[in-house]
Amino acid sequence: MVENVSAATMDDHAAAASRKRLPLSWLGVVPFFAFALLFLIWPTLDLMIGAFQTPTGEFTLQNIANLNQDSIISAYKISIQVSVASAVLGAVFGFFLAHAAVMGNLPGWMRPTLTTFSGVASNFAGVPLAFAFIATLGRTGLVTTLLYSFFGINLYSTGFNILSFWGLTITYLYFQIPLMVLILMPALDGLKKEWREAAAILGATKVQFWTHVAFPVLWPSLLGATMLLFANAFGAIATAYALTGSSLNIVPILLYAQIRGDVLHDPNLGYALALGMIVITALSNITYIWLRARSDRWLR
Amino acid sequence: MKSERFGPWLAMVLGTLYFVVPLIATFEFSLRKRRGVYSFDAYASVFSDSRFIESFGYSTFIALLTIVVGVLLVVPTAYVIRLRMPRMRPIVEFITLLPLVIPAIVIVFGYLRLYNSSSFLPLTGTARSTDLLLVFAYVVLAMPYMYRAVDTGLRAIDVKTLTEAAESLGASWWTILFKVILPNVRVAVLSGAFLTFAIVIGEFTIASLLNRPAFGPYLQLVGANSAYEPSALAVIAFVVTWACMGLIQLFGSGIRGSSAAPR
Amino acid sequence: MAFLDISSVRKVYGQNVVVQDFNLAVERGEFVSFLGPSGCGKTTTLRMVAGFEQPTAGTIRIGGKDVTYLPPNQRNIGMVFQAYALFPNMTVADNIGFGLKVAKKPAAEIGPRVKEMLELIKLPHLADRYPYQLSGGQQQRVALARAIANKPQVLLLDEPLSALDAKIRVSLREEIRTLQKALGITTIFVTHDQEEALSMSDRIVVMSEGRMEQVGDPFDIYNYPKTRFVAGFVGTLNTLKARVLDPGAGKLSIDGQEAVTSRPLNGSPADSIRTVALRPEAVALGERVNGGNGLSGTIEEVGFLGSVVRIKVRLGENAISLDTFNSSSVTPPKRGDTVSIAFTRDDLLVLEDNDAH
Repeated sequence: MVENVSAATMDDHAAAASRKRLPLSWLGVVPFFAFALLFLIWPTLDLMIGAFQTPTGEFTLQNIANLNQDSIISAYKISIQVSVASAVLGAVFGFFLAHAAVMGNLPGWMRPTLTTFSGVASNFAGVPLAFAFIATLGRTGLVTTLLYSFFGINLYSTGFNILSFWGLTITYLYFQIPLMVLILMPALDGLKKEWREAAAILGATKVQFWTHVAFPVLWPSLLGATMLLFANAFGAIATAYALTGSSLNIVPILLYAQIRGDVLHDPNLGYALALGMIVITALSNITYIWLRARSDRWLR
Repeated sequence: MKSERFGPWLAMVLGTLYFVVPLIATFEFSLRKRRGVYSFDAYASVFSDSRFIESFGYSTFIALLTIVVGVLLVVPTAYVIRLRMPRMRPIVEFITLLPLVIPAIVIVFGYLRLYNSSSFLPLTGTARSTDLLLVFAYVVLAMPYMYRAVDTGLRAIDVKTLTEAAESLGASWWTILFKVILPNVRVAVLSGAFLTFAIVIGEFTIASLLNRPAFGPYLQLVGANSAYEPSALAVIAFVVTWACMGLIQLFGSGIRGSSAAPR
Repeated sequence: MAFLDISSVRKVYGQNVVVQDFNLAVERGEFVSFLGPSGCGKTTTLRMVAGFEQPTAGTIRIGGKDVTYLPPNQRNIGMVFQAYALFPNMTVADNIGFGLKVAKKPAAEIGPRVKEMLELIKLPHLADRYPYQLSGGQQQRVALARAIANKPQVLLLDEPLSALDAKIRVSLREEIRTLQKALGITTIFVTHDQEEALSMSDRIVVMSEGRMEQVGDPFDIYNYPKTRFVAGFVGTLNTLKARVLDPGAGKLSIDGQEAVTSRPLNGSPADSIRTVALRPEAVALGERVNGGNGLSGTIEEVGFLGSVVRIKVRLGENAISLDTFNSSSVTPPKRGDTVSIAFTRDDLLVLEDNDAH
C-alpha cells in the first residue's frame, strides 16, 4: 500500500514536471507519429483506397475483379507456396539448430558462433544471396559440377532448377533458418530446467515432456516466428528478381514489373495487387494473434 | 549420454554444410574469371568499375543519414513512452512492427502514388528530394530493429531515476536526452545502427523503384550482365554484412545482458 | 535392509570431488534432512537419488532394488524443487494430475485422485487456476501435491521453502511434516536452514565439503555435536581453548580456571590443548550449582535481542557469550562488572580436533 501511494505521488510529480517541460513529451511523440503517418500509414492506406478507385477517382470493384486472371492467380499461388514452404521448413530446421545449440550439450563455443553467424546470414538477403546460390546450384555452380563429376548426378536432368519453386525456397531458407534460430534461442532458454526434471521425475518420457510441456510453452513463439518468416518471404523481391529475372511469376515481381510499367500499364490494377499482398500478410498476422490469444491464458 | 548428443551434432553438421557450402562456392566461382586458373580478376574488374565506387559511396551516405534520422526519431520516442506514456506503448510497438508486415514494395508504391511530382508534396520531383524520400523509406524499414534495440537498452538502465536525478540537478530536457539518456544507451543505439547499415547498404527494391543510383540496383545490373563479377560482389557484400554484425557483437559484449538484438 | 540405501557413493566432476564416502540407510517412513552450506554436496546427493546425476562410484537402492543407473522417469520418486517448477501451461489440477496422465491412468482415476490431493493441501478452490495466479506458498503446496499424487516410494524435497517469506516458511514446514507423517512417506529434505532441519526431521545428516560430518537425530545433533563444523553450523556456539589437566577425570583449565567435563577426552595427554564448546543458552549468570562448573570473568558486552539478553563475558584469552531471559523487573548487568557464570559438566562439549579441512 505504502509503495502504491508513493508511486502515485511520483507519477504526479513526473506529470507536473512534464507539464513544466512539455517539449520533451512533445518531441518524443509528435515527430514519431507524424513520420509514421506520412511515410508508413498514409501511403499504405492511400494504396488500399486506390485499389477501389477508377483512374478518375470514382469507386469501383473492377480492379479487384481484374485480379481474377490466370497469371495473377498463379502468381499469388506460387508466392504463397514459396512463403509457406520457406517459413515452415525454416521453422523446422531453425528449431532443430536452436535446440541443438541451447540444449544439445555441445562445446561451449558453438552457440555464440551460431548466434553471430545467424545475425549475419539473416541479413545476407537480397541480390548478393541470389548470386551466391547461382554460384552454388546454378548450371555451372560448384555443387552442381561436383555432384556431376564425383557422383555422376546431373542435378538439372532431375528437373531441378535454381530458377524454380524449390530453387527459390532453398535460397530463401538461407535467411529464414537463421532468423528462426535468433528468435527461438531466447525462447528455448525460457524453458526451465526444473520443468524438464519435474516431468522426468513424474515419469514422463522425453516425448511426453515435449508434447505436454515444452511445445505448449513454445507454441506462441514458434507460431509468431513462423508468421514473421512467412511475411518475410512473401514481401521479398530482390533475391527472386536477381535469381530469376522475371521468369518466376511471383506477386512482388509482378508488382515490381507493373510499377516499372513493363507489363500492365494499369496503376489501379497495381493497387489491387498491393492490396492483395497486404491482405495476405495481415491475415497471417491476425491468425497468429487469434491463435496466440487462445494459447496465452497462462501467460502473464 | 552419447546417443543424446548424436542428434544435436547431426543438426549442427548439416546446418554448417548448408550455410558454408554456398559461401565456398561463391568464393570459388568468383576466382574463375581467368580461364583455367584461379585469379582475382573478377575482384579487380569490380574495383576498377567507377559505378561500383559511386553506388557504394552513395548507399553508404544514405545509410548514415538513415541512422541519424532513425536515432533522432526513435530515441526520444522510446524514452518518452517508457517514462511518461506507458499507455501508448502498445500503439507505438504496433506501429514499429508494421514494416515487418507491410512489404517494402507496397510502401514504396504508396510513396510513388502519394508523393509524385504533381502531388501536394512532390518529393519524387527532384533528385535531392527523392534521396530524402529514400532515407525516410529506409528509416521505416529499419524501425522495427532500431526501436527494439533502443527500447531494450532503455530497459537495462533505470530511466526514471536517471531522469529524476538530472531534473533535480536542474538539467533541461535537451541535456537530459542528449547528455544523460543517449550516452547511456549508446551500445544499443550502435547495435541498431550497424544493423540498419547491413539492411540498407544492399537494398534493392526501394532504391530501384525510386530510381536512385544505389548499390542494390547496381548489384542487380551487374548480375544481369556478367558472369563472375556477381560472385565477387556477393563475397564483398557478405564481408560487409559480417563486419556490421561483428561490430554489433564487439560493442554489445561491452555491457552485460547487452541489447544487441539482431532481429 | 533399509528402504532407501545409499552406500559408498562418490561423485567426481573432473578434478572436483563433490561427494565422497556417503553411506546412509533410510527406513521406510523416515524423514531425513541433508543439512549444510551451499556447495557441501547435499543437493548433488539428492540429485543422484533422483537420477539426474549418476554416482562415480557406489550404489543406491530403493526397496532393495538397485536404481543407481535407472533413469529418473522409471524410479517412481516424487520431488519438489526450490521454485518455479510447476508447468506454466497447465492448471493446478492438470499439474497435479500430470504424473498420472503420463502413466496413462484412466481419467476416472485421475479426477478423484487430483481432488483428493487438492483437499490434502487445502486448495480445492484453486483447481482451475494457472501457476502464475498463485502465491509462492500456494505454488509449493501444489508442487508437493503433484509430487505425491503418484504415490511415490520416496519423496525428495530440494530446499522447497527457501524462496518463500519467513512466516509462510514456518507454517508450510509444519504442514509438510504433518502430511509426511500422515502418509508415512519416506522423505529426504535438503536445506541449509538448521532451524528447518531441527524442527522437521527424524534424522539429520550434516554435510560439509562433500563429506558427512555427523548423522543423528535433532536432539543429538544440537546437543552433542561431534565436530566444530557441526557445532558451529547448528546454532551459535562458544568455542574455547582449554588445557587438559587430568584426562581421566575430565579436568581442564580454561584461562587458568578449572572446569570439568563429563565428555570423554579421547586419550588426550595431560597438558595438551583441546577445543571445547558451550552453547550460550547452557550458561547462566551466578554461582556454581552442585557438581557443576563455575568461572568468573568481566562483562565485555551486553546485547539486547528482545526476549533474550546476550552477555559476553571475558575470561582471559577466551570469552563466553551467554543468554539470559529479558525481564523488565531485573536490571541487566553493566559493562565492566565482574560476574560468576555457571554451567553443568554435561554442557561442556569436547570437539574432535579434525577440523583442519
